[in-house]
Amino acid sequence: MPYDSQIEEFHHVQTAHCENGVTTALLRHNGLDFMTEPLAFGMGSGLFYIQIPFLTVNNGPAISFRTMPGAIFKRTCKSLGVEVKSKRFGSPESAQDFLDKKIREHVPVGCQVGVFHLTYFPKEYRFHFNAHNIIVYGKEESRYLLSDPTMEDVTFLSAEDLSKVRFAKGTFAPKGHIYYPEKVGVVTDDMIRKGIVKGIRRNVRDMLHIPGSFAGVDGIRHTANHIRKWRDKLGIKKAGLYLGQIVRMQEEIGTGGGGFRFLYAAFLEQAATYLQDDRLIGISEDFTKSGDMWRASAIKMAGVYKGRLTEQSSFEDIADRLVEIRSVEKEAFQKLSKLNLGK
Amino acid sequence: MKKEDLPQDPGALDNFTREVCYVKNKDGKYETALSRGWDVKKDALDNAWVEVNGRIEEARQAVINGEKSPVYYFMELRLMDIPLLSGYTGFLGFFVKRHFKPSVFKGLSDRKLSKYAAAFDITLDELKNFKG
Repeated sequence: MPYDSQIEEFHHVQTAHCENGVTTALLRHNGLDFMTEPLAFGMGSGLFYIQIPFLTVNNGPAISFRTMPGAIFKRTCKSLGVEVKSKRFGSPESAQDFLDKKIREHVPVGCQVGVFHLTYFPKEYRFHFNAHNIIVYGKEESRYLLSDPTMEDVTFLSAEDLSKVRFAKGTFAPKGHIYYPEKVGVVTDDMIRKGIVKGIRRNVRDMLHIPGSFAGVDGIRHTANHIRKWRDKLGIKKAGLYLGQIVRMQEEIGTGGGGFRFLYAAFLEQAATYLQDDRLIGISEDFTKSGDMWRASAIKMAGVYKGRLTEQSSFEDIADRLVEIRSVEKEAFQKLSKLNLGK
Repeated sequence: MKKEDLPQDPGALDNFTREVCYVKNKDGKYETALSRGWDVKKDALDNAWVEVNGRIEEARQAVINGEKSPVYYFMELRLMDIPLLSGYTGFLGFFVKRHFKPSVFKGLSDRKLSKYAAAFDITLDELKNFKG
């Protein structure tokens, strides 16, 4: 079987979020053993909030708690001087040829895929969401060996099924998108420290200074203002569905969720060690608090979609909680901004 | 979130995987832990499916009543909307909408219908003969 090939010594890494996982596992595979999910997330300035105007996803509001798909991998690699190859394809055939070539060269690669046709996922999770990320690390006869970072163990897909998910259609259509570190040099502790500082600064910029009212910390207030109107405007049933969508985007796998506030708090904890700066521990606590508040608000939202809470006062309560979360996150990023890291 | 507060609620993930979560251990440091799931999320997902299944049932009735074509029903069944179906078939949204009409659907060529069948992962016969 001439095409049989498996990249030896590829180590599967399970993470809370798929793109962090692909980034972490591919960088570790290339010798950067220090890489962790929180570090990849923080250096890639992964924390974000946006309610995209005029767009609905699965008949609900388009909300994201993290930065743009692809950005974490690109930024983290760049910070560490890692050269990245990223390719999209016009046809499934050329996409598969290229993938086979990389496997023959023993290079594990990241692939952007759609979730809907991902046959190993439980049916309940298979919506049309196109920014899921997996690693292909080998081929056995006609099936590809995969490492899906949201899973405890490795898995596989037939060539036909893999082609289907790589060419899913719709928003964020992957078009066979494949990416991997091409050249990894020596990474010094100083580069890691600089990467951490850069990641924090960029995240401060994205959360505090992005123009418009629907993104960054102000985006959280934007959503709060919408929620106050949902009960009258949409009716209790649809309002419940909308709130459910927020909860799923916040926490669920396969939608881009993953408890990002705790992840960022964990990043700051690691950053404190790298930078020998205990002030970051205090700010890490602020993000833990924000993460806890998001979860508490999710429980309230569940009260609505479970039909237990129906009054306008409950919607006001949820909105007030979000406004409060905004101030906690705003203050935390202002503190980060005033630290003058790396100076 | 403290490690001991991490929910372990059974759900759709059970035969698939547990998920990684970042939690605080006894020393106040972050570590990862595995969770089976959380009812708050499970209820949101279940609720989304109740809505989806309602839409599918409505679409089925509309086909039975002769108001909509099978294209409309299978679009709902596959959780698609017009822009997405348009992406999978290559037909413009305007035409997709027209193909929802039973009278227009009847006149569609097999070539066009097979594009829909492929997008829906069904056979041409299943699409043509769907009565609701």
